[in-house]
Amino acid sequence: MATTTAASPETPIGYGRMKRKEDARFIRGQGKYLDDIVLPGMLHGAVLRSPYAHAKIVSIETSAALAHPKVLRVITAKDLETLGLAWMPTISYDSQAVLAGDKVRFQGQEVAFVIAEDRYSARDALELIEVEYEPLPAVVNARKALEADAPLIRDDKDGQTDNLASPLWEAGDAEEADQVFAEADIVVEREMIYPRCHPAPLETCGMIADMNPETGQLDLYNGNQAPNAHRTVYAQVAGLPEHMIRIMTNDIGGGFGNKVPVYPGYVCAIVGSIVTGKPVKWVEDRSENLMSTGFARDYVMHGRICAKHGRITGVRVDVIADHGAFDSTAQPSKFPAGFFHIFTGSYDLEAAHCSVKAVYTNKAPGGVAYRCSFRVTEAIYLVERLVGELALKMEVDGAELRMNSFIRPEQFPYENKTGWTYDSGDYEKTMREAMRIAGYDELRREQAEKRERGELMGIGVAFFTEVVGAGPRRHMDILGLGMADGADLRVHDDGRAVLSISAQTQGQAHETTFAQIVAEELGISPDKIEVRHGDTDRTPFGLGTYGSRSTPVSGASAAVAARRARDKARLIAAGMLETSPEDLAWEKGRWYVKGDPEKAATIDEIAAAAYGEAPLPEGLEGGLEGQSVYDPPNLTYPCGAYICVVDVDPGTAEVEVRRFIAVDDCGVRINPMIVDGQIMGGLAEGVGIALMEVITFDEQGNCLNGSMMDYLIPTALECPDWELGATVTPCPHHPIGAKGVGESATNGSPPAIVNAVCDALYRSHGVAHIDMPLNPARVWAAMQGRAEPPQ
Amino acid sequence: MIAGGHSLLPMMKLRLANPELVVDINDLEHLAYIREQDSEIRIGALTRHYQLLESEPLARHFPIFADAERVIADPVVRNRGTIGGSLAQADAAEDLSAVCSALKASVVIAGGGGERVVSMEDFHVGPYTTAIDDAELLVEIRIPVRPGAGSAHAKVERRAGDWAIVAVAGGLWLDGETIADAGLALSAVGLTTVHATRAEELLRGKRPSEELFAEAGAIASEDCSPSPDGRGPVDYKRHLAGELTKRALRRAAERARAGTTPGGHTWR
Repeated sequence: MATTTAASPETPIGYGRMKRKEDARFIRGQGKYLDDIVLPGMLHGAVLRSPYAHAKIVSIETSAALAHPKVLRVITAKDLETLGLAWMPTISYDSQAVLAGDKVRFQGQEVAFVIAEDRYSARDALELIEVEYEPLPAVVNARKALEADAPLIRDDKDGQTDNLASPLWEAGDAEEADQVFAEADIVVEREMIYPRCHPAPLETCGMIADMNPETGQLDLYNGNQAPNAHRTVYAQVAGLPEHMIRIMTNDIGGGFGNKVPVYPGYVCAIVGSIVTGKPVKWVEDRSENLMSTGFARDYVMHGRICAKHGRITGVRVDVIADHGAFDSTAQPSKFPAGFFHIFTGSYDLEAAHCSVKAVYTNKAPGGVAYRCSFRVTEAIYLVERLVGELALKMEVDGAELRMNSFIRPEQFPYENKTGWTYDSGDYEKTMREAMRIAGYDELRREQAEKRERGELMGIGVAFFTEVVGAGPRRHMDILGLGMADGADLRVHDDGRAVLSISAQTQGQAHETTFAQIVAEELGISPDKIEVRHGDTDRTPFGLGTYGSRSTPVSGASAAVAARRARDKARLIAAGMLETSPEDLAWEKGRWYVKGDPEKAATIDEIAAAAYGEAPLPEGLEGGLEGQSVYDPPNLTYPCGAYICVVDVDPGTAEVEVRRFIAVDDCGVRINPMIVDGQIMGGLAEGVGIALMEVITFDEQGNCLNGSMMDYLIPTALECPDWELGATVTPCPHHPIGAKGVGESATNGSPPAIVNAVCDALYRSHGVAHIDMPLNPARVWAAMQGRAEPPQ
Repeated sequence: MIAGGHSLLPMMKLRLANPELVVDINDLEHLAYIREQDSEIRIGALTRHYQLLESEPLARHFPIFADAERVIADPVVRNRGTIGGSLAQADAAEDLSAVCSALKASVVIAGGGGERVVSMEDFHVGPYTTAIDDAELLVEIRIPVRPGAGSAHAKVERRAGDWAIVAVAGGLWLDGETIADAGLALSAVGLTTVHATRAEELLRGKRPSEELFAEAGAIASEDCSPSPDGRGPVDYKRHLAGELTKRALRRAAERARAGTTPGGHTWR
């Protein structure tokens, strides 16, 4: 009887480090991205954008553009109105203009869409469209937008008389917080900004829309993070039958949240294909991506933290959330500030309270993410920065203060003060592992010596707890869609398997990780398991990939589907072995007779039998498949301890990240190499956000960071050799104990870096806080006592 | 005119430049060289950044080139971009213009009427404007080789590969323990490369010292005219002009001294 192949470290039958299956095509330059696709007869679209942040549109004259020999159509808001598509819903139940008709509300807003025979002509024709604008005063500062004399941005909304985007939202208990703060030994208060930044994926956004006028079939080629959910949205918005829409993502050159929303350009491409009867391709350029698509953060946070007897006892914060001109924040419907109320962090607090005010400004809409699970990034930055400053002012070690205040292992499941139920964790163990790798005490000694010599060395600590894997349908949905994910598994008669999933990789290596999940459950080599995704005609329904939800939700679905196939395999094996299913036991790759392990059926043999000619046990149908639509019972709570060592040049104020230690606890690790890769990428992004990335505006609302010359993303030269470690506290409710890791490092690293710089500068220069980005000019200003928030 | 294309192509992509005709000079391979001739280092205009970075004669005589080249853009750009293009673009933030100014270089401009030699001083006429006329081509950069030389470049940037917030190019020529001549030029602190002549005058004839370099830095900081932008406010840029002047001169002096001992350059 055949036995399963022995696993090697490179190709484990199940979990373990193996090379990414998808990399063979990527490193050979054989990935297929949107702009690689050319359809017969394809036309090209280009978007005319507003040069003003706020202006009335007096008139739009398109005749000169239409006279261009290669231009077929120019679409404006008027054309869309006749189709009922001038406005579209955002993910947060707000409305957003597809093409501006009444006025423009941010610089770069979509005003007209040109369709031409080639891309250059479409671009040329943009300059032939004459738009007469009547400029209005713009407001780009969230506080100023709340002033009584601020210009009203959303006069399109009935009853809107100010720039508030939604009612004040609160979590926690304010009175309890009042009391705990009154009884505290020390209170630290700090206003901080998490500045607007941008996910800036290397591949920008775009679409090819191909409507077949004969059949009514609409094919969409579009790299987005949630193809099945997008399909439902298009069907609802355009009134098309959902089953006649097919979305194909192909390979995606990065998403980071930027490819969650539906953008006006997509709708224009669809309309363009409908009116021309031909495929229409629209791909934005880099500036369009940075200036008009989903940004991240832009939170003004007034935080307070208190401690008693050396323990953190309370945290409270008042937030002004800047949504830009349209509220298209991506978050579950019932959570207007996302999961921001996880700002209680990793601490066993006596009280916590937050209030969040959301405002409109004349800036691009979004608030999507940038590798952030629904505002968790802002929450973690707030609490870890507050703890960092509290430690400086209490003159205690930041790691010690945290360990004195942690939720203890025996307190899990732990209900926090704002309504979350933390699943599991051993925070002190994770913290101590990071300190061990760092050589923490030695670092502190080195710092003390350097201080004597006037050198500026800082050690920053951050400990984060994330809340990811959204989410249980009894609590959360997006636009009325439950946040479940499907998995369809078929084991073919040759022992190979195909797993179709609704999660959508944008570089996360799902083709490998998900194959390993099935491999672990069924004992089939990952090489023999093909993972299908990114085509709504070939995948089950589910809400896609963002908020670190792929492994917690879709990964669970894959494991459950595999277990169902395994259960069926047991019934088939019982027939093959002429025994009852109860008498069989499983080991990876085969069912065997209890007490007689030589008598067994391998998964290959069972698969062949499932489709074969021999009779199956009575009542059993053929085939070997498993299906699941996984509704997570709770969210998952990954955590991590990060330690950052910086040197600040006293003469130039340059910050060098010399060391970075990251110990993550994301529960069970399926492929530790891929997890490491996720963490390294997130840490690099954290360096970018902390030190250089920011989207700013001048007073007229002009975006000052509309190219890669002005929007800096980090390079390898700014990144130290990451020192990674792990602790593993399995998730108690997830089928395989995994928690998700995609966004952890982007969450945990910025506060560690800022804490390190403040640690370097507090004693010598009195600097307790600097708002990001910590570029040389801003650090120098802080050293002169003139720290200012970014514009 | 296109050589490396790192200025022209982005401008065309952004539709800021829309030339009807682009002349590609990349086939003029005889314009790519670095050689010593007549007590000069002569550099062909089509010499790429990476060649400047790796050049042995430049490393021996003017290590300032390697300092600057290490922080100009990134390897991909350095493989394509040329010294001629850098100088002819006349961008105030560009590094090689300051390096050549500090080294008292001159450039050779060729046209139908023959060649003419122009000092760096006269070459940059204004922002993005040079002494090159229509139907002329920058063909060579000449740097005089004089005894007792030491040179260094110091730059602060927001990120590797970004343009300088401020950069300073310094050259010193020592006669024993006396500064026989000095060259100092700053990038990104004015409409053109800033040639710090008043600081140069201060340095000439004096003994190198921390105090002297600090004083030169203070003068350079006063004599430049930075603008506020995304890289920083004016006060920070003036501060950097002083700080980096001090650092460049300190390093240049160390190298000048090391260069006078047998066995030469210990600066690496």
